[in-house]
Amino acid sequence: MAPLVSIEGLSVAFNGVPVLRGVDLALGKGEALGLVGESGSGKSVTWLAALGLLPRHAKISGSVRLDGREILGAPASELDQVRGGRVAMIFQDPASALNPVLTIRKQLCEALVLHRDLSGEAVKAEALRLLNLVGIPDATRRLSAYPHEFSGGQVQRIMIAMALAGNPDLLIADEPTTALDATIQAQILELLSTIRREMSMAMVLISHDLGVVAENCDRVAVMYAGRIVEQAPANQLFADPVHPYAQGLIGALPPLDGPRRRLTAIPGTVPDPAHMPDGCAFAPRCALAAEPCRLAVPTLAPIADDRTVACIRAEASRRALLGIAAE
Amino acid sequence: MSAPLVEVSSISRSYSMRSGMFGRSTAVHAVDAVSLSIPKGETLGLVGESGSGKSTTGRVVLGLEPPDRGEVCFGGKPMAAPGTQAWRAQRARMQMIFQDPLGALDRRLPVATQIREPLDIHGLGTPAEREDRARELLRAVELTPAHGARYPGALSGGQRQRIVLARALATKPDFLVCDEPVSALDVSIQAQVVNLLADLQAQLGLTLVFISHDLRVVRQISNIVAVMYLGRIVEIGSADDLFARPEHPYTQALVSASPAPGRRSASRIVLAGDPPNPAARPSGCAFHPRCPRAIARCASEVPTLSLVGGDRQVACHLVTGPQAETRDAA
Amino acid sequence: MGRYFAIRIGRAALTIVLVLTFAFVVLRLSGDPALMILGPEAPPEVLAAFRKAWGLDDPIWFQYLDYFGAIAKGELGRSMRDGRPAIQLVLERIPATLALTLPAFVFKVALGIPAGIYAALHRGSGIDRAVMMTAVAGFTVPSFVLALLLVLVFAVQLGWLPSGGQDSWRHAILPIVTLSLGGAAVLARFTRSAMLEVLGQPYIRTASAKGVPWHRVVISHALPNAAIPTVTILGFMVGSLIAGAVVVESVFSWPGVGRLLVVAVANRDLAVVQCILLLVALTMVTSNLIVDFLYGFLDPRLRAKGAHA
Repeated sequence: MAPLVSIEGLSVAFNGVPVLRGVDLALGKGEALGLVGESGSGKSVTWLAALGLLPRHAKISGSVRLDGREILGAPASELDQVRGGRVAMIFQDPASALNPVLTIRKQLCEALVLHRDLSGEAVKAEALRLLNLVGIPDATRRLSAYPHEFSGGQVQRIMIAMALAGNPDLLIADEPTTALDATIQAQILELLSTIRREMSMAMVLISHDLGVVAENCDRVAVMYAGRIVEQAPANQLFADPVHPYAQGLIGALPPLDGPRRRLTAIPGTVPDPAHMPDGCAFAPRCALAAEPCRLAVPTLAPIADDRTVACIRAEASRRALLGIAAE
Repeated sequence: MSAPLVEVSSISRSYSMRSGMFGRSTAVHAVDAVSLSIPKGETLGLVGESGSGKSTTGRVVLGLEPPDRGEVCFGGKPMAAPGTQAWRAQRARMQMIFQDPLGALDRRLPVATQIREPLDIHGLGTPAEREDRARELLRAVELTPAHGARYPGALSGGQRQRIVLARALATKPDFLVCDEPVSALDVSIQAQVVNLLADLQAQLGLTLVFISHDLRVVRQISNIVAVMYLGRIVEIGSADDLFARPEHPYTQALVSASPAPGRRSASRIVLAGDPPNPAARPSGCAFHPRCPRAIARCASEVPTLSLVGGDRQVACHLVTGPQAETRDAA
Repeated sequence: MGRYFAIRIGRAALTIVLVLTFAFVVLRLSGDPALMILGPEAPPEVLAAFRKAWGLDDPIWFQYLDYFGAIAKGELGRSMRDGRPAIQLVLERIPATLALTLPAFVFKVALGIPAGIYAALHRGSGIDRAVMMTAVAGFTVPSFVLALLLVLVFAVQLGWLPSGGQDSWRHAILPIVTLSLGGAAVLARFTRSAMLEVLGQPYIRTASAKGVPWHRVVISHALPNAAIPTVTILGFMVGSLIAGAVVVESVFSWPGVGRLLVVAVANRDLAVVQCILLLVALTMVTSNLIVDFLYGFLDPRLRAKGAHA
């Protein structure tokens, strides 16, 4: 099956400092892909770059194809059709993601008028339908309210309604629940998964929270320092991570049940993008690093069906994992 | 279990919140009749969502704010009135760590100077001894003297939080209140700081209050966990047991909302409604409008914390333990 | 919304009382008007009669109450120089001042705001740098220096325009240009930084992510938000329409309110100075009220919060 979106060799630099260093990623129709990694790993930049949402001074290269059609560097008019139409995006901070001086109706209808053949009363009716769909109570009256009159969870629901306005094939959710309380996070995640099922929409869930990604995605890509280091079906990645960084991330997560164990913290910090180490970017923090790791940047290589990893010590790390398990 | 270092009896703290300059002021009960007992050398975890009163509880326990009612005892003695000599002596034995280390540090001073600052203020030791102590503290938080010469801006988030921790430990406190200390950090760095905190606690015999919305981190570091909702404790018990078998419907929802690798969301309890507004507290059990199991009684009668077995206390009309049953039978 | 304005009107009234009190105190403390007007050689009995006639020998608190009583009745006193009602003297001069400040205001807005928006949208470009350099120059060069420079170039060297006076519309050109340039610079800087602030906000990215074309993002999402801080500075400029031209009027010997003020202060003509100050305070306070009203109109968050700001 041809992928819905395929990204190849996507690189981004700000003022000569590379923040994305060759990302390859493909996404099938209706698929839920999780993108995890720590701050600065490039998980948001990947999609902002793909949709042309980065500031002008960002230097972008590579290829992003939507249904086989190149959209990277496409003319603005074409991108405006894609954005909010075929690909919608929602962001982290609900408090500042909506325009504070415009009513919800204005912001919602704006998206509808742009991407749907609707006018007059039909626009308002559709806006109401969307607000009801995302669970905003008393939608008729609330349509003329301003963003500050809603709670954080409700604003995120409105953002989702706006994203759905163009009947997108792909929804990119960039840390959609990070700023929300736990019980509200659960509401939003459930809403997203319901909508995704009903509209058979593909989704990219960007999150620093491994648990959120694990529960809500079919496949997960782990990013580190501007590259994808491992890609696998969600259940396999969490049961059996191969890349030492992916292992580290999962080991650093405190368990919620079972016996307590000392957390396996990854030593050191993320490298400064302006001073990337030679070879594998993770090598300075990696317990398995050997001399060859510092020579060349490892490329994503398949290790099983639908699994790829960018680590020349992948086999060694597998053995180490088995060794630990045997103890 | 050793004797409690900190004993909090039924503290309440309310703020008056005005809507507008001449608006009617309403009392917001940030903390309402909270009692806690923290044994020496142990960690109490405080969890809850925004508006639950967990941070205010931390501040009252630390004596940064006086309680409106109730009392905080530290080392067996009641907290002295703020500003007095006795209060300062007590306060030197307790410290607080916040979420944002950059906000807690002065950007214009090298961090080693800031670690030494509490010693300078209290005039502890000779200048040379303070210098040594600062170096020792840097080592204790696993940083080098070279880090000490830097300014906060030149350190990573995790390193800054270590500096804040080192400074808090400078006066050798017995008691530390940590308010969301790792929430702003990435997972791998978070693990480093949590491990460090656990190590330091074991070495120095520190007593901790650990406030966080992250159940995993709280469980990792706490012996006892108290769950707060709208200013009240709804459930309290030993950490492992509480997360394994939550009794209060709110705790159950919180635990089930915490995403876990390897579990799909099918079994999740999703609560309806927004997090509650402390200024408009529902009658009876404050949780009843969102509670999937609420009965008529919940709307009228405030449930009190009562022992339901082991060391677990729950404030819910629907959860009854051995004590409640015997009382009913009698 | 009602309370929002009640509070602001109360504050405005308080401001006016404070300004008038300040004027009263400063002017009484800074010298004897009788001596200033009649000269040091005046015989003591003449001085005493003058003081009695103007109430200057009453106790100071009595003069203060009398002063407010008179203002409340609309009596703003008479000029100690020629005995005409002070208000009449001042009102006569207003058209001349407005003849300079109104066109200057229009030019400031027409020049400053588009320049600021353009610079913000093309941040870092050559045009941005040029606009900002001009703005900094216009901002830092005092208006009397600019005025003298313009006189030197266009009146003295080139002889194109007159250097002072009020005989024809050509006399107004240099004063208006002087007033416009400085104000346009301030506006351009303000507008640019307000726009940059807004353009960096997440809701701008949200709008782009919705597929809103860039020019529409700027017009319907960025401008309404950037207008909020810009209105503050505009309000200040409206407030200075009456008395904002003191320096320029002096340099170009333009017979407006500003020059009247300078002369009246030099002569200790209390009634005239007080009258001008009252007028200035009134315009400032009124323009502030208009700004507050515009805030309420532009920013729904203020409308809801009422008196918080």
